[in-house]
Amino acid sequence: MSIVAASRRTFVLSAEAGVGLKPAHYRAILETNPAIGFFEVHAENYMGAGGPPHRWLTAIRERYPLSLHGVGLSIGGAEALDREHLQRLRRLIDRYQPALFSEHLAWSTHETAFFNDLLPLPYTTETLHRVVDHIDETQEALGRTMLLENPSTYLAFAQAEFSETDFIAEVARRTGCGLLLDVNNVRVASTNQGLDPVAYIDAFPLTHVQEPKRSAKSGGATQWAVRASPLRAGFAPDIDEKQRPLLIDAHDRPVDASVWDLYAYAVARLGPARTLIEWDANVPAWPELHGEALRAERVLAAACRKERADAAVA
Amino acid sequence: MPPWPELQRAFAAALLNPAVEPSREFVGPDREASERRFAVYRNNVVVGLIDAIGDNFPVTRRIVGEDFFRAMARAYVTAEPPRSPVLLDYGETFPDFVAAFEPADPLPYLADVARIERAWTEAYHAADAQPLTAEAFAPLTPCDAVGLRLLVHPSLRVVRSRLPAVTVWRMNVADGVPKSVDFEAGGEDGLVLPPEADVEVRVCAPGGAEFVDALAARLTLAEAAEAALRADDRFDLSANLVALIAMGAFVGAEEVNRKATSN
Repeated sequence: MSIVAASRRTFVLSAEAGVGLKPAHYRAILETNPAIGFFEVHAENYMGAGGPPHRWLTAIRERYPLSLHGVGLSIGGAEALDREHLQRLRRLIDRYQPALFSEHLAWSTHETAFFNDLLPLPYTTETLHRVVDHIDETQEALGRTMLLENPSTYLAFAQAEFSETDFIAEVARRTGCGLLLDVNNVRVASTNQGLDPVAYIDAFPLTHVQEPKRSAKSGGATQWAVRASPLRAGFAPDIDEKQRPLLIDAHDRPVDASVWDLYAYAVARLGPARTLIEWDANVPAWPELHGEALRAERVLAAACRKERADAAVA
Repeated sequence: MPPWPELQRAFAAALLNPAVEPSREFVGPDREASERRFAVYRNNVVVGLIDAIGDNFPVTRRIVGEDFFRAMARAYVTAEPPRSPVLLDYGETFPDFVAAFEPADPLPYLADVARIERAWTEAYHAADAQPLTAEAFAPLTPCDAVGLRLLVHPSLRVVRSRLPAVTVWRMNVADGVPKSVDFEAGGEDGLVLPPEADVEVRVCAPGGAEFVDALAARLTLAEAAEAALRADDRFDLSANLVALIAMGAFVGAEEVNRKATSN
């Protein structure tokens, strides 16, 4: 499972948490109308022509804001983006009008094979240009600004020229895209890269999470009422051949305590941030998942109170 | 320093093929090559694809058990990885793979059960369409009707089987009840129906599979009935038609060249 947080423009709005929408919960959600900020779906799961998934999502979208999260665009790949896939995304966005659209700093397709995983790229001048071009093309094709998510990684590239945070900052600066801070990925990647996760968050370009620059081309205005910054949890510990710890992103269990701590730290830095709990496998019953979102809301409420207090003092 | 396209190709080539050694460019925090770290990606990719196949073929998985299924799916995903990020479409060729997978030979019905599951997935995600009701057909005389070309629902699928595959499928769905199956009792053709809330699978009446296939191939009602009768002389046109209309199998009809048919 993972937590995703999206900072709001102003702390006057109550902070809200959402969860990844799972078919097992469709009925419980429509029958109980839970108080929850939003739902997120993986775009690729709703790319069938029709049928029950669209009927359920339509009914839920009528009641709640939606975040659309892509896992198949392969933005970090060396090859050209899949135009057909961009069109599928555009059709989904037109149909469901999500509050935000996000994708990953990763690749998943090479030539004709789709690997169904978020694979790493070296952070170099060459890949920076590639990623910037791909994000420009995506924002152009979708007619809106997108959010880019920091990856969970297990290895590095000998040729790397940038740190991940510097690379992400430069991508955001050049494309005007917003950023998602996935705290679980910070925890996983930092452990695996021998970095301090708190230092990672300190180095992360949080201003782009809070105040993403609008791309002149896409001119998106309204979707920035909320900004997402994902915080993830759920990983399985392992070691590499030199007995160094390896954390493996799992999304199949409750948010880890260390990730809740890191989340609280990020929210303290960011201010109240719209937060997503991501729990994709071994999905629990609805009340337990909702409970994790409510826990995130308590962290957000504390951050809200602190901001008000700070504002009052100022 | 290899350019990214070359390095990405090396990464991709080693992912599904354990015989390909990972590039020395893939390193740990000390900048030394780390095969163990690359292995995490190898494992994630293969496990993720096996899970995707497992999600699309839950009944096949239940029949053979988790270990057998994962071994079979591993062979499939490394040979035929998805060609699209839309995983709903993944597994189109899996039933044929199962049919050719020698260790599964003792279960001759397995590939047909997988075909039912594939048809189920396609039906579940097929385009929505408004079925014609029985009232829409009421004004037609039999003479009008034979010249009709019926448009079948986009989610309607026929799965042919020489074995009781529908029965085997049904008793292995999530809340299915196992019972003894008479494999000598003849084959069952499955008819996969448009989903109201859930996809329905029925056994076709004699000649029914040929009838639906002929209609789906845009033959007229008369031509389709002929084809069905040729396949099975027990074929009952009006019973099949009434049942298909009741289940919402048709979404449109056009009269073709009425003059020619009435001559």
